[in-house]
Parts: sequence; structure tokens; C-alpha cells
Amino acid sequence: MSARDRWLLPEGIAEVLPAEAAALERARRRLIDLFERWGYELVVPPFVEYLESLLTGTGGDLDLQTFKLTDQLTGRLMGVRADMTPQVARIDAHSLRRAGPVRLCYLGTVLHTLPDGLARSRSPIQVGAELYGHGGMESDVEVLCLMLETLAAAGVRQVHVDLGHVGVFRGLAREAGLDAERERQLFDALQRKAVPEVQEWLARWELPEPVRARLAALPLLNGGREVLGEAAAVLAGAGEAVRACLSDLDQVARAMAARMPDVPLHFDLAELRGYRYHTGLVFAAFVPGHGQEVARGGRYDEVGRVFGRARPARGFSTDLMTLIALGDVQAPAPRLGVLAPWSDARALLAAVRDLRAAGERVVSALPGAPADPGELGCDRVLVEREGRWVVEALSTPFVREPG
Amino acid sequence: MQAGLTIALSKGRIFRDSLPLLAEAGVVPLDDPEKSRKLILRTNRPDVSLVVIRAADVPTYVEYGAADLGVAGKDVLMEHEGDGLYEPLDLQIARCRMMVAGRAGEEGAHPRRLRVATKYVRTARAFYAERGVQAEVIKLYGSMELAPLVGLADRIVDLVDTGNTLRANGLVPMDLIAPISSRLVVNKASMKMKHAAVKALTADLAAAVARRARGEGG
Repeated sequence: MSARDRWLLPEGIAEVLPAEAAALERARRRLIDLFERWGYELVVPPFVEYLESLLTGTGGDLDLQTFKLTDQLTGRLMGVRADMTPQVARIDAHSLRRAGPVRLCYLGTVLHTLPDGLARSRSPIQVGAELYGHGGMESDVEVLCLMLETLAAAGVRQVHVDLGHVGVFRGLAREAGLDAERERQLFDALQRKAVPEVQEWLARWELPEPVRARLAALPLLNGGREVLGEAAAVLAGAGEAVRACLSDLDQVARAMAARMPDVPLHFDLAELRGYRYHTGLVFAAFVPGHGQEVARGGRYDEVGRVFGRARPARGFSTDLMTLIALGDVQAPAPRLGVLAPWSDARALLAAVRDLRAAGERVVSALPGAPADPGELGCDRVLVEREGRWVVEALSTPFVREPG
Repeated sequence: MQAGLTIALSKGRIFRDSLPLLAEAGVVPLDDPEKSRKLILRTNRPDVSLVVIRAADVPTYVEYGAADLGVAGKDVLMEHEGDGLYEPLDLQIARCRMMVAGRAGEEGAHPRRLRVATKYVRTARAFYAERGVQAEVIKLYGSMELAPLVGLADRIVDLVDTGNTLRANGLVPMDLIAPISSRLVVNKASMKMKHAAVKALTADLAAAVARRARGEGG
């Protein structure tokens, strides 16, 4: 690095300047308040922890995404969190150990080794909520509704929801007796909806015709509500587990129609996002004009097992920076304050203290530095009149441009 | 990404071969890209426009939603990182083969670490890694056939159509890595938010491809 580019930040790492920081803080408060009103308690997981607890049961993707460093105290490897979900699962399974359902929310910076999305960010601000300890579709519906409320609170409009269920593929693959390698090959093709490849693999494996036909149908089963009817017909011969997944989807669709009838629902039975750790319903939010999902979530019932307590879990997460970019949260108009001289005079100090206690913004004019009231965001001054300190309007009132 | 559909195509063979299929699906460009300098071409359908870009850029445009759909060669898709795209249809156009080639008489096992010259670095690495062969991959941007002749590489990985260029330079095809043809690629968000329009166009194109395979039309 030469002296000329010492200011340069690493790729995908951003700093937030005052106007945007104010919007960010406003959005942060709105979301945490929203979660609180829904009964979700805030937790603050650590920024780094041992790799074993950070990566358990999450598959290779997260491992690759995690920055690692050695703990000088123990010689063990630590990771900077790339996803807060496993940390929150540990808090539920190990630290809280409550009997009933637990609702937790979190918000914080995560670090990724690889840039992601159009913004190519490596330091998103992950925000999300998790619901543990209830296995029914009702908790899927609650978390999905909260995800939509979160987007609404950030002013993200025209949200479309995509619903899938990893249990459909998992069940069909089991019925077909696919080994791990074949399941991986088919999964890879399905994720890209590569119909020709799916057909090629299935033809090569000489599966019984009904089993082959059901797997071959998967990449085509996507679209509006009618897809559930088509799926019920095409997958009628499948086992109980697969049909239960379809019934799950149908119930969630009904519940969403009752709660948020204006949100368009899209169904996709080959959507296998997070297949490695998801165990049931998966969902994602999309908005027009943005080519990638803006929020995502689903069921992952096994996540607590490695911490000694597997229990039902659902959650969603999104990136606050993305919400700021797509939503309409504006920085509040800057509050204009009072410029006060620097002095040890007791009367002045008392006046300043009183003003601040009353909620005023008071800025000290530091001796020897330019005290441009405009730049300091002040429209009034504290002046001494006949032995008393009073606030007076500036003769030429300065109006600061918002933002 | 607006309300209509934007389709990304690359200039040259893919564009020429895609036009008849698109025409059968009811989409005909109003501007001729060979003559026009416009980058966005209107079509007979007011809700459909075409963008003409470099072949290797098509997956990027579609993945990020700058275009809803695109036509990309399997060779380009194999080089594209990640799984951010749907590729639901093999258009069976611009067909060729991704092959390993080398100098005639050197087909057998190689005595030392293999040097491979290619434009398709990711594909070549994956191919040799799968076979358990440690290979040094050298990225070149063109005239791959020259590399073995001047001792820059032992093998090349490249697209082979007729094989004439290989033969003219004393090279022989050695291994088939994959048959190549162009695929319809779809942005994930478009698939979900515009599924009626996307599915209808995909079905029309699939029907056109099927008719052509049966020897009708085209």
C-alpha cells in the first residue's frame, strides 16, 4: 500500500457517513421496537468465538465464508461470525434452556470472506428473529409475517413471497434410494432448474418410472397457488412424508391469505436454498427492480442438537444495509442547536447543563477553531446579557440542507 | 428490471441462431443489431426488449436482474461462479464440444506436471481435479492452438466445432469434457415475480426447440 491509497478500504467493507448513519440508526430502532412489540427479546452474540461452535451443523458454505484467527490464549481457532443464526441457536439451546417457546431477535455486523450480491458487500448488518420450541405451521406463519412487517417497517414496498419446502425433495430422494453423491448431483441441477440435466441424471440411474417421474416434475412445479394443486396430482403416489409437506405449504398459504391477502405468494418446490440445514418450509422475499432476494428464512429443527438440545426452530434474516438501499427510511432532519462559548464561568456551565437536560443540542465553540454555526449545525447562540446567559437567534439564520 | 421482459443475447452465432427460435415464440427485433449501434433493441412486442452484450457478460446481467432472461453457452455457464441463475431450457443451438487437445503422438500419460492453456480456467481446473491430475492452468485469451506448438503448454482446453483448426496445427482431440449448446437462463427474482410471462416464453421456446428437433420448421 502506497502513501497515496492509505485511505482505501478493503473490498466489500464500507463506512457509513453521518446522513446515512442517521437513517441506519432510525431503521435499527424501528426494527428492534417492532420485534419487541411482537414479543421477541434482543440478544447480542459475540463478534468472534471458537470455530467449532460457530460452524456446527451449517455445512461447508459458512466455513468458506468465515474469517479465521488464532486465539493467542488457547491456541484454538476462532472465527468472526459470518451468520448470527447458529449463535442465537446456541443461546437458546445452551444458555437459556427455557421449557416453552423462546422468541429472540438480533442485529449486528457480520463479516464474509467472499463478496455477495450486486452491492458486493462483505460486511452486511444482519438483522433477524428466531422462534424456538414450537413445531407447527403456526410458528412458520408468525415468523413469515414478522419478516414482512420488518420489510414494511423499513419502507420496502411491493414485496413478493416465495415459498418452498425442502422436505419434498428430501422425501422423494429418500424414496428413490439416492446415495449422497447422486443426491448432491440432482440437488445441484435442481437448484439451477436445469431441466435437461435433471432428466439426464434420472435417465442414467434407471429408477422405477413413478419415482423418476416425480423427481423429474420438481423443477417445473413453480408458479402461483395453482402449483399446489398440480403438485398434489403429480406427487399423489409419493409417501406420507412428501404429502405432509404439501399440506404444510397449503396451510401456510391459507393462513397468509387471511393475514396478508395483498402479498403475492409464489410457490417453488425445487427451491432448495439452505438445503443443508433447513428441514422444512423455506421462504424468501423479492421486490421488483432487485434481482436477488432481500430477506429469507425457514425451518431448521436440528440446529440446536450439537448444543445438546434439538428443538423446532424457525427464523428469518435480512441485511439492514439492503433495507436502507431499497426502503424509504430517511435520516431525520438534523436538529439545529445552540452554540455556546468555551469558559469556566459557573453561570455559563449551569446554563449549558440546563439546556442539555431540557433536550437541547449544545455545541461548544472551541477556542482557536473556526466556529461557523452552519457547519456546527447551530441556529442560535448562548450570549451573556446583563449578567445572565440567554439563548438568542442568530442574526442570519442558517438553514442546513437535510441529508 | 421494469415491468416487461428484457432478454440478454450475445452478438454473433448465438444471436443469429436465437432469432428464429424467438420469432417462433413471437418475439422479433425491430432493429438490426448488425446495423444499429443501439445497445437496447426494441421488438414487435412492446413488453419485450433485447440487450446485446458480450457472451461472457450474459450470466452476470441475468444473475443481478439487469436482464430477466438470457441465452448463454454452456461453456460460459460452466465458467460462471455460483448458482445464482436458473437454466431451464437447452435451446440446442450453437452446438460444439469442450475438449482437451494436444500434439499428435503425446496422447499417453504425461511424464511431469501438466501445463494446460485455456480460456476456460475454472472448467479445466475442475476437469483435472476430478481425474486426480495435478495440472498447471495458464489463462490465455485466444489462439489456444499455438500454445502446445511453441512449448507454452502440453494441452489446451477449448471449444471444438469441426476440428479443422486443430488438424491444421497438428493437434488431436484427446478427451471430451462436455457437449456444449446454448441455454435459456433466467433471473431468480424474475422467475418468481414475473412467472406468468417467463413461463409462457419458456414454454413457447421449448415448443420451438422440440419442433425443430422433429425436423419441422427452422
